Amino acid sequence: MELIANLGLGLATAITPANLFYCFAGVFLGTLIGVLPGLGPTATIAMLLPITFVLPPISALIMLAGIYYGSQYGGSTTSILVNVPGEAASVVTTLDGYQMARQGRAGVALATAAIGSFFAGTVATVLIALFAPPLSEIALQFGPAEYFSLMVLGLVASVVLAQGSLLHAIAMVVLGLLLGLIGTDVNSGMQRYTFDISRLADGIGFVVVATGMFGLTEIIRNLEREEQRSVMITKIANLMPTKEDWKRMVAPILRGTLIGSAVGILPGSGSILGAFAAYSIEKKVSKNSAEFGKGAIEGVAAPESANNAGAQTSFIPMLTLGIPSNPVMALMIGAMIIQGIQPGPSVIKEQPALFWGIIVSMWIGNLFLLVLNLPMIGLWVRMIMVPYQLLYPAILTFCAIGVFSLNNTEFDIHMMALFGLLGYVFSKLGCEPAPMLLAFILGRLMEEYLRRALLISRGDPMVFITRPISATLLALALLAMFAVLIPAFSKTREEALGGEGAS
Amino acid sequence: MRNPKDFWAGVIYIAFGLIAVIIALDYGMGTALRMGPGYFPTVLGVLLIVIGTVSLIRSFLQSGSPIGGFAIKGLLIIVGSTFLFALIVREVGLVIALPILVIMTSYASVHFRWGPTLALAAGITIFCVLVFIKGLGVPLPMIGSWFGG
Repeated sequence: MELIANLGLGLATAITPANLFYCFAGVFLGTLIGVLPGLGPTATIAMLLPITFVLPPISALIMLAGIYYGSQYGGSTTSILVNVPGEAASVVTTLDGYQMARQGRAGVALATAAIGSFFAGTVATVLIALFAPPLSEIALQFGPAEYFSLMVLGLVASVVLAQGSLLHAIAMVVLGLLLGLIGTDVNSGMQRYTFDISRLADGIGFVVVATGMFGLTEIIRNLEREEQRSVMITKIANLMPTKEDWKRMVAPILRGTLIGSAVGILPGSGSILGAFAAYSIEKKVSKNSAEFGKGAIEGVAAPESANNAGAQTSFIPMLTLGIPSNPVMALMIGAMIIQGIQPGPSVIKEQPALFWGIIVSMWIGNLFLLVLNLPMIGLWVRMIMVPYQLLYPAILTFCAIGVFSLNNTEFDIHMMALFGLLGYVFSKLGCEPAPMLLAFILGRLMEEYLRRALLISRGDPMVFITRPISATLLALALLAMFAVLIPAFSKTREEALGGEGAS
Repeated sequence: MRNPKDFWAGVIYIAFGLIAVIIALDYGMGTALRMGPGYFPTVLGVLLIVIGTVSLIRSFLQSGSPIGGFAIKGLLIIVGSTFLFALIVREVGLVIALPILVIMTSYASVHFRWGPTLALAAGITIFCVLVFIKGLGVPLPMIGSWFGG
């Protein structure tokens, strides 16, 4: 019954007027940026991170979390109404959602997405509450060797789950690790790769890299394929699914939630992969598979449940181990560190109000989202019509000022521009930025844990294999690597990740 | 060359790898027991060179899609105006640097029109001054040093 006491504590934290307000602000902003194509949660959270410093830690994290899962709701609206994914995780929803809209069933599609997302969000919240505490118990026994192996597994998974070429994903990880080493070496005090620039002594901030590669790069890429968006349905009538619709959506929502939750925990994926996997599996098992692509309600219910479930379960590794599973979680960890909280397994013991407050706020946030996205759908339809040429100058301005305010230096804005350029070149060459950002954040930590592990073992590298947890983690990493080489698996991987990701 | 993406990515990896390894030569390798500051970067640099070489070789063996045109105009304007903003913001202040940033970046769009752009510039400037300078106390000058701010 400890769980109920804990949830009670969380409820008491989440339900204070201030935290309710920030939860609402978060999901509102999340829906907004989800609806707007060309602005994703990574860039938004990076942009808003500096602003949250003035808030108490709990309110800040509740709001940032709300932006992430809120964007999953909003993304579906644009996918269904405009046939353009509002958010990368909603790419597959365009397939059947837009077809439903063309058949005059836009309202039902929107309702299905919202209902599926709400159910998935509820289940994922319970899963976090159930599994996070025992996981942090295990994680408390982790030594440097285990942490190093865990990070290896995380990076390997991010490579396996990255879109496009494996070779390039590995290269991006290595490059990210290298860039992460820039700055003063903690052990020797030596400045590495700083080129005598004093601003680089503390390294490059990950917010700078994230706003550059996810904010600026996306703007340049969107300008490249600028087209006039036309919203085909401006009046949404008849949100209520019919009895037949309800019957058809139940199983896909359940399966989507399950797949999304499981995949969301995996490093490097978050919500995107879950949506793809849920759609392709649904297409295989559904008895209406012939209708897929022509407006099947299952094709909306499954991926929309999966992406919301995945967005939330990706908090599990972050909250329990302090390890980010995707760029958004990396930013959340950054937010915690800046707020003076050391992320890791001890958070649950030392900051129980924060830990349980975030979890309960997620469910409250999902409730807000249901209200925001169904009765208030008309507001978001109008938001879609805001032209991109009015949007991106504002995004750029907020990125620049946000990045500046981290250290109050123009140097960071210059670095952001540089990473924007780098990100664009890499995107042209088919290299994904997500594994790089993940590696960038883990770079210093990995080196530190590697050094400590080898120091404790007196230089014996066998320590990673003789310690059982570490060995298991490394074995899993190895397994994931080999799985990619199996033709059947790599074909599935291509199918699941093949779609072009938007923002 | 049959796959330009692999080719140029390979070139970039090798360049980064070489820079990393060459600079790390001065850092001291140490031993596995007591790693010097050069140990980890050297390992990563060598790894990057190896991956780059594989990518280069593969670019001659497997054919792939072309890189596609670079959106030079958008790229230059977005990166350039961001650079310029950081360069002049203290001298001219936000009330001038922000409109310049907004107007320059707006020009990158094919839908550029003066009317909406000027209104947007004014709106963003007022919003940023109110929220960031007055509200959050970001230490950026409203009026720059050139104008006695």
